[in-house]
Amino acid sequence: MTIAGISGVAFTYWFFLMKKEKEVAVSDSVDIIVEGGYNPEVISIPKGKLTKINFKRLDPTDCLGEVVLGDFKIRRELPLNKSVSIEITPQKSGEFVYSCGMNMYHGKIIVK
Amino acid sequence: METKTVSIKGMHCASCVRLIEKAVGKIEGVNSCNVNLATEKATITFDSKSVDDAKISSAVSSVGYEVLKEENQEIEDYEKKTKEKELRDLKTRVIVSLTLGSLILFGSFPGLMEFAPSILKNFVVQLILAIPVQFWAGLPFYRATIPALRHRTANMDTLVALGTTVAFSYSAFVTLFPQVIQGIGVEPLPYFDVATIIIGLILLGRYFEAKAKINTSEAIKRLIGLQAKTARVVREGKEVDIPIEQVVAGDIIRVRPGEKIPVDGVIVEGNSSIDESMVTGESIPVEKSVKDVIVGATINKTGTFLYKATKVGADTMLSQIIKLVAEAQASKAPIQRLADLISSYFVPIVIMLAVATFVIWYIFGPPPAFLFAMLNAIAVLIIACPCAMGLATPTAIMVGTGIGAEHGILIKDAESLEITHKVKTVIFDKTGTLTHGKPQVTDVIPFSVIARSEGGPHSKSGDWQSTTEDRHADARDDVLRLAASIEKGSEHSLAEAIVSEAESKKIKLQPVTKFQAIAGHGVEGKVDSKQVYLGNRRLMEREKVEILNQVQDDIERLESEGKTVMMLATSSRHSKRSEESQLIGLIAVADTVKESAKEGVKALQKMGIEVVMITGDNQRTANAIARQAGIKRVLAEILPDQKEAEVRKIQAEGKKVAMVGDGINDAPALAAADVGIAMGTGTDVAIEAGDITLINKDLKTVAQAIELSKKTMRTIKMNLVWAFGYNIILIPVAMGILYPVFRILLNPIFASAAMALSSISVVSNSLLLKKVKI
Repeated sequence: MTIAGISGVAFTYWFFLMKKEKEVAVSDSVDIIVEGGYNPEVISIPKGKLTKINFKRLDPTDCLGEVVLGDFKIRRELPLNKSVSIEITPQKSGEFVYSCGMNMYHGKIIVK
Repeated sequence: METKTVSIKGMHCASCVRLIEKAVGKIEGVNSCNVNLATEKATITFDSKSVDDAKISSAVSSVGYEVLKEENQEIEDYEKKTKEKELRDLKTRVIVSLTLGSLILFGSFPGLMEFAPSILKNFVVQLILAIPVQFWAGLPFYRATIPALRHRTANMDTLVALGTTVAFSYSAFVTLFPQVIQGIGVEPLPYFDVATIIIGLILLGRYFEAKAKINTSEAIKRLIGLQAKTARVVREGKEVDIPIEQVVAGDIIRVRPGEKIPVDGVIVEGNSSIDESMVTGESIPVEKSVKDVIVGATINKTGTFLYKATKVGADTMLSQIIKLVAEAQASKAPIQRLADLISSYFVPIVIMLAVATFVIWYIFGPPPAFLFAMLNAIAVLIIACPCAMGLATPTAIMVGTGIGAEHGILIKDAESLEITHKVKTVIFDKTGTLTHGKPQVTDVIPFSVIARSEGGPHSKSGDWQSTTEDRHADARDDVLRLAASIEKGSEHSLAEAIVSEAESKKIKLQPVTKFQAIAGHGVEGKVDSKQVYLGNRRLMEREKVEILNQVQDDIERLESEGKTVMMLATSSRHSKRSEESQLIGLIAVADTVKESAKEGVKALQKMGIEVVMITGDNQRTANAIARQAGIKRVLAEILPDQKEAEVRKIQAEGKKVAMVGDGINDAPALAAADVGIAMGTGTDVAIEAGDITLINKDLKTVAQAIELSKKTMRTIKMNLVWAFGYNIILIPVAMGILYPVFRILLNPIFASAAMALSSISVVSNSLLLKKVKI
């Protein structure tokens, strides 16, 4: 049982906390599917250039009904099965985490 | 009658226009229908009692075209309908799960089951009752968990799905194969009540939370609702009602008593009293007449007037306010960072703790160890409430910024709101902030009569025979003429006072060449052949103008009365001006202190905040104004470009500083301060100039903004303490930490009730901010 328990803890750690983030380079626009999180979860966009991010929510979870890009002062409702476009022109480089309205699901925008 | 504009799809020629106009015109109750081929829009005036959107749509489609809904409206309608549907759906799931769960609980909970009918005690019946709860009412938890696991993420739904699935699966197994459980020495008792009540209570919590959350964002909806729908525009000599979207800058609009002003503009005819409270928070109606600026969405009280639209659509003040509030509500407060960090690891850590709890109880727990292990692991999964942490800061920020907007306090972002509560010193700029910013000429003192031969517009033969009094009056006018002529090109508020005084006396101004404004000193320019200087003592010193003792006495007297004294000097030979300049007069200008200044300053001092006044005026004038406002610390004779350095000096004393200014002339000082507060005079405020923008003249609003920040931060801190404290205390309790000493264990049903209450309490606490008086 002890071994099973240790294995369970180790598996949980590996499964949730050691996943590798796949970064998708975006030049003009990107479609992000909102279903159990954000897919692609990590996008990189150029600094100082307008980028269009189209969120499409397929997941009925209430939590994902809103997306918050706090660093860009954007909070937007994501109606189910509708595409919602958000345009940003980042002026600073860096990593900016965005989340659902309840801060449970996270995505990342890397500005280069 | 209502007027509405709709977009029409499928038009390609003028006959299409006629067809649609005819079809819509036939509807009973439609007064007029004008179709524009170029814009592909139809403007319909109709009686809303007998005509609705459906009738119009069907008339248009009957002739082969389609009415398109505006995209935004369509999304809004869709969102509204979806939310209503979701809430209805949630309510049904709550009712079903709690009803079925209660029946199961009645038949299985010790103390209750003795009174229950035997059918409810039957495990198979309990299984049948539990299935719809687990797999229909609980479906949203699975729907959220499965795609999340695919992305290797987890959230609260994952915890609920895991916990209830374990309880349900074990119970189903016990019901179907009791002998297997008996075989390992455990009494075959199912826990369907645990699975079903947990689902019911968590869904109930979610239902109340969803309803409460709608109220956190109502400020934006209220602001959007302020917008007028139509405008009565004068076109081709006729007044027509058109939708607000069709108003263009330059349109002349008629506003009648009781009507809402459609867009921003300037009155061109008539006057009225206007209630601006909905936009500026100022309760007293403001009198407006020709040339006065008016704001869209405010209400015309008494008169009828015509005004010229200057800002429409997204440029109106209301649109800018809505944008600013929406941005502030979406921004992130620095205090939230810790919650962000923790919440990203929280759910996996809880799952690991649940696994550890199971193992520890299984190995070290009393018999039946398996049951203790399972129930305690479920309790850990269920009690954990990451939502409360996620909601603690944003809900309070949303409510706080919304309340601010209602009081005419626009907060740029959550960070500004957070810093404001730490402010220990408030610096007020004098002109236009503490004072009305509309100075008036109070004294004109000439020292020598200006020679008529030099071409003054008042020159006329025989002046020298005038009486002494006349000559003195003429001399005063001459001082004013020269001063106003040179100030005509200046944008300073004192210049405006001098020019308008000259205009009111119908004094004809002279042409000026080589005009130059010297920052912090005054102005100079050439009038006729003379070089003229108008400014403060510094300018006179620069020009080596001699100031006699008697003049000095006059200056001191005027300054001690709170007046700003400007000195007028001339030089006939520009090339050697410093040798030739002489003082020919004084002009005293006084700006009155705002009625709310004393109270506003007192309110800040009562909060233990030091109040400072900063001004370019000399010390005597500044002291007189400060005295009237009740300010003790005065920074006088500060040039505009030195204000920023003064702000930094006070910051170096270790204080958080708020600088209050008009946001136009003192932008660097506002930017240097920890909190820049831009204060408008009603309608001409430069929104976004500061971290906080106050859109009314009332100086008490500064203290209100700080109070709002304090109250919001207190709510955020309470929410965070509650959200963190709840998890930090109750997760170990659910793990069974109290069992060895007190024999206390947490029933998973109580865990789910606590969890449901946890996020509701955070949202409700944020909503309590609405009750707070600022």
